[in-house]
Amino acid sequence: MTHEISDGQQLYLNRRKKHRQIVQISRFAIFLSFLFLWEFSANVGLIDSFIFSSPSKVALSCSQMLLDGTLLVHIGVTLYETILSFVLVILVSMISAVILWCSSKIAEIIDPYLVVLNSLPKSALAPLLIVWLGATPTTIIVTGMSVAVFGSILSIYTGFTTVDTEDIKLIYTLRGTKGQALRKVVLPSSVPTIISTMKVNIGLCLVGVIIGEFLAAKRGLGYLIIYSSQVYKMDWLLMSIVLLCIMAIGLYAVIGLFERRYQR
Amino acid sequence: MQPLLELKNICYSYHTPTLETPAIANLSFALYPGEFLAVVGPSGCGKSTLLSIICGLLNPEKGLIMLNGRYLHSDSSSNIGYMLQHDHLFEWRTIFQNVTLGLEIQHTLCNRTKAHAEELLECYGLKAFKNARPSELSGGMRQRAALIRTLVLDPELLLLDEPFSSLDYQTRLSVGDDIGQILRKEKKSAILVTHDLSEAISLADRIIVLTKRPATIQSVVPVSFALADDTPMHRRNAPEFKTYFNQIWEALNHDA
Repeated sequence: MTHEISDGQQLYLNRRKKHRQIVQISRFAIFLSFLFLWEFSANVGLIDSFIFSSPSKVALSCSQMLLDGTLLVHIGVTLYETILSFVLVILVSMISAVILWCSSKIAEIIDPYLVVLNSLPKSALAPLLIVWLGATPTTIIVTGMSVAVFGSILSIYTGFTTVDTEDIKLIYTLRGTKGQALRKVVLPSSVPTIISTMKVNIGLCLVGVIIGEFLAAKRGLGYLIIYSSQVYKMDWLLMSIVLLCIMAIGLYAVIGLFERRYQR
Repeated sequence: MQPLLELKNICYSYHTPTLETPAIANLSFALYPGEFLAVVGPSGCGKSTLLSIICGLLNPEKGLIMLNGRYLHSDSSSNIGYMLQHDHLFEWRTIFQNVTLGLEIQHTLCNRTKAHAEELLECYGLKAFKNARPSELSGGMRQRAALIRTLVLDPELLLLDEPFSSLDYQTRLSVGDDIGQILRKEKKSAILVTHDLSEAISLADRIIVLTKRPATIQSVVPVSFALADDTPMHRRNAPEFKTYFNQIWEALNHDA
């Protein structure tokens, strides 16, 4: 379609474009000036580069560890544990939420337990899990799950219960069963809730996995952080944190992609 | 003639821990095949409850319901269509998938019923929107799609629960006219619940006026117009319309 753009519309579009540009440039400028300040003050001795490291040292240790292959192993282990615990959390919480929705009696009985487990600081469970399950990747995956799973069950179940009761009534007026109400109405209309729960969960699983790796790992970025802090290799420590940032962004982006695909 | 539907001494109450609210008390009436019955009453008098009971979504505490001479139980399968206040078309389904939802649920979706659905869509001017999403349709078109979703199941009785109340006035008149004529053409027996007196008069063969809660019958008004072309629009312009309106208005305010 080709039609004239009025002056008013053009002005609006220009303003909008300018606004976007300012936002983008400012974001980038903050990032660059932070890197520059860090590097500069480490170089001239304003801060002790042994404790605070510097961007160039972080980059250097990153490339060294990439070359000897150890870094990819650490990243891979953490990524694998996070994704596995995330998938398990989604599975467990979907199944639990469906059971709770099907029986309001069970939901009412279980409710206080879920609330307590959800508000419990899950890092307190990690030492317990190590004793029970040993210092194995299983422990780390279960720790990752424990951080996210209770909140996830509660949010998805709440999402199920807030589905329009009249929409469900429609299924019953068409002589549908409760199972059909679940499949035709409750699940499809809860997709946005499920996706937003997934967005929260992926971050929480990463938190849980890092806690687990602090305590019970020989590999992974969490292990690398603890190890490097104990031997004062601050370059490694800061590198691990930077890598965790990148990993979190990447995982979040994957779910964002999934969300956009659903919305189309 | 044997009535299609017969209600005998229906009672229903709502319960809360502190209170029992009787909604319907000792209500009896009959509906004959092909008849269009309207039920009017003060708001909150238990009109929707009545439809839920007839449809089998709620069980009456006392009383009996007979459909075609057989007693209705909660587990007996009856072919009653129910049109709710809002269209409840699902955005994640196309119009065609929405219209065939009932067939899908009753496991009767086959080529024959699909063709029937297509026919109805074409007949009521929605063919071009078959693959559209509900949000692309106007309020009136959505309500027509909701009606087709009910009609495609070929119900022997249709329950309409204020199906036009969510529409703006202009759309409401034209959709009311529209749906009234569709139902006459398909020769459906129907019970319309409404608080809009003019809607009831323009559509019904007989009007039951209910009292305040607990609902029981205040009076029954047979409606007939001496019109060659008896459509809801023509009825609204007929001289009898005002007489009926006043008669029902008085019945409604009788106990107030």
